[in-house]
Amino acid sequence: MNHKQITYFPRKDLIGFAILAAVLMLVLPMALDVFRLNLVGKYLTYAFVAIGLVLCWGYGGILSLGQGVFFGLGGYCMAMFLKLESSDPESTKIQSTPGIPDFMDWNQITELPWWWEPFYSLPFTLFAVVAVPVLFAFIISVAMFKRRVGGVYFAIITQAIAAILTILIIGQQGYTGGVNGITDLRTLLGWDIRTDEAKTILYFVCCLLLLASLATAQIIRRNKVGRILVAMRDQEDRVRFSGYDVSNFKIFVFCMAAAFSAIGGAMFTLQVGFMSPSFVGIVPSIEMVIYCAVGGRLSLLGAVYGSLLVNWAKTSLSESFPELWLFGLGALFIGVVLAFPNGIAGLFQRYVEPYMPAWYHGRVAAKASEKGNSTTSGDNVTPDTSEEVPTGSDKQPATLKGGHYVNAE
Amino acid sequence: MSTQNDFVLAVEGLSVSFDGFKAVNDLSFYVDEGEIRVIIGPNGAGKTTVLDLICGRTQATEGSIRFRGKELTKMKEHAIVHAGVGRKFQNPSIYEDLTVFENLELSYPKGYTVFGALAFKRDAAVIEEVERIADTIFLSEELEKPAGLLSHGQKQWLEIGMLLIQKPDLLMLDEPVAGMSVAERRQTAILLRRITEGRSVIVIEHDMHFVEEIADRVTVLHQGKVLSEGSMERVKNDPKVVEVYLGH
Ligand SMILES: Nc1ncnc2c1ncn2[C@@H]1O[C@H](COP(=O)(O)OP(=O)(O)OP(=O)(O)O)[C@@H](O)[C@H]1O
Ligand SMILES: [Mg+2]
Repeated sequence: MNHKQITYFPRKDLIGFAILAAVLMLVLPMALDVFRLNLVGKYLTYAFVAIGLVLCWGYGGILSLGQGVFFGLGGYCMAMFLKLESSDPESTKIQSTPGIPDFMDWNQITELPWWWEPFYSLPFTLFAVVAVPVLFAFIISVAMFKRRVGGVYFAIITQAIAAILTILIIGQQGYTGGVNGITDLRTLLGWDIRTDEAKTILYFVCCLLLLASLATAQIIRRNKVGRILVAMRDQEDRVRFSGYDVSNFKIFVFCMAAAFSAIGGAMFTLQVGFMSPSFVGIVPSIEMVIYCAVGGRLSLLGAVYGSLLVNWAKTSLSESFPELWLFGLGALFIGVVLAFPNGIAGLFQRYVEPYMPAWYHGRVAAKASEKGNSTTSGDNVTPDTSEEVPTGSDKQPATLKGGHYVNAE
Repeated sequence: MSTQNDFVLAVEGLSVSFDGFKAVNDLSFYVDEGEIRVIIGPNGAGKTTVLDLICGRTQATEGSIRFRGKELTKMKEHAIVHAGVGRKFQNPSIYEDLTVFENLELSYPKGYTVFGALAFKRDAAVIEEVERIADTIFLSEELEKPAGLLSHGQKQWLEIGMLLIQKPDLLMLDEPVAGMSVAERRQTAILLRRITEGRSVIVIEHDMHFVEEIADRVTVLHQGKVLSEGSMERVKNDPKVVEVYLGH
């Protein structure tokens, strides 16, 4: 029996990526007008958060209900740069202190705070977009995971952090723009980001960054780190007593998830033209978890489709029935968790994938027939398990106990 | 009489209390190089707790645990593993969502840090070692199977294999044959005999036939204390042991 070398992109994942790339970069741009395309671009910024959650929650079992914090910090870093650029003395000459952001002036602040200064520089801003949220995630995760805080406690703490940061941003109106956020962003190094052309270009930039993030996440997932995450999720003590310092792996994956969220946040600011605390707090953070759950918390591609679908539903539903939306979202989440714990991706793997031709699975025909019995026993057990998305621990036991391997014992 | 440093493991005056309840009470015992030591005792005697203390899962209230002269009581769990102590849990703890191959591979002693793991390569040495261990634990044919689909006995073997691949000097097995069929028990006894060459093993077990088959020496625990110690023959005929444990 040969143990295949670890392939980072097995054929069916590669096909999935190619289809996603084609949909995002060919089909949608041709089918939609700039307004709708920009809307899709906005949805895609949440997909960054969702793929981070796939690694962190789906694989590592670490549920964070505060990903909005990192999305927001990334977005605010970007917004600070853009705001400074649009607050040049010429365009703010009617203010009592020209040259500073308008909301500072309204709050009787007469000098730019020192920590705003570095955001005059685009290279620094791009660095900070990722570095600030990751540093914050690092501090949180070291403090929590080194003390072995996990599970529900960790989820609650992340939620508390989201709430605290929102309150802080709203309270410090003079420095942060308060509840309105940082608005009226116009240009990036003189390039007007509000034009149709700019929006189209930013959409493609967002797509490329998303595909790059997906590839990075895929490599982590298929790497030994990915298998350690799965092992840790199901048998943390076994991993620890196999010689791993599990907290370091949790810190790593939490920081990665924060980095993805931050990139999403920055792209949000660029495409939507503002950033506000309403993308930081508890509600948006939970919504982001729902995108991931609906798409399938074990599937990177699923997370992208989940983000697109739920947001599309949100936009269309809340246009017509605004007060129904939150109920709909809640019902959707409960429904998914109870009925389809692996989301859209799980449904796809179970009902569509088995009917895909052999070229899709990328394996020799002989091997396909060899596994016949395992398909009948398990529901989504593909023959080459190294290519299989591990099933969530909450669901697996039932599946396996139903299989005849266990019964035959 | 050997000096203390000849022992692989020297446990002295070890105590732990949970909210005032002394699960292990001033316990001392010594394990020799290459010995198979079996710990027996009634339910709740503190057997599992002793292993928890040795491998760092529980902090001792008092006493010392020296492994090849190194004090373990203050070390982190993963450092204790790196020092050469391997431990199997009472309930088979394996990664059900990963294949047998991946289970063993994750236990291969390389790439313990995050960056080490990121750079980890499944090279020929890893594959060869995994296959060798799989052969030892009777799972050569199951390498590609998700571990969750193994039988209960096979899961126990897999966890033993995950320890073996780390080449520990001291192997601690908590009820390795619990839930196994008679045939599997026999196979496990052979397995244990085979894997103890060049290392010491502590086994916790209730099955007396199995104990007789493998033990060099037996320690009987009762209420966190050593009740009796010596060869199986001696322990079996100790009136105290008969009264609290073997009698019923
Ligand atoms: N973390 C803990 N907190 C409180 N009490 C504990 C803890 N761990 C063990 N105990 C108690 O210590 C005693 C010894 O438990 P231990 O699991 O070591 O027994 P054992 O000899 O392994 O028994 P068994 O044969 O049933 O496995 C029991 O009374 C148990 O309830
Ligand atoms: Mg026990």
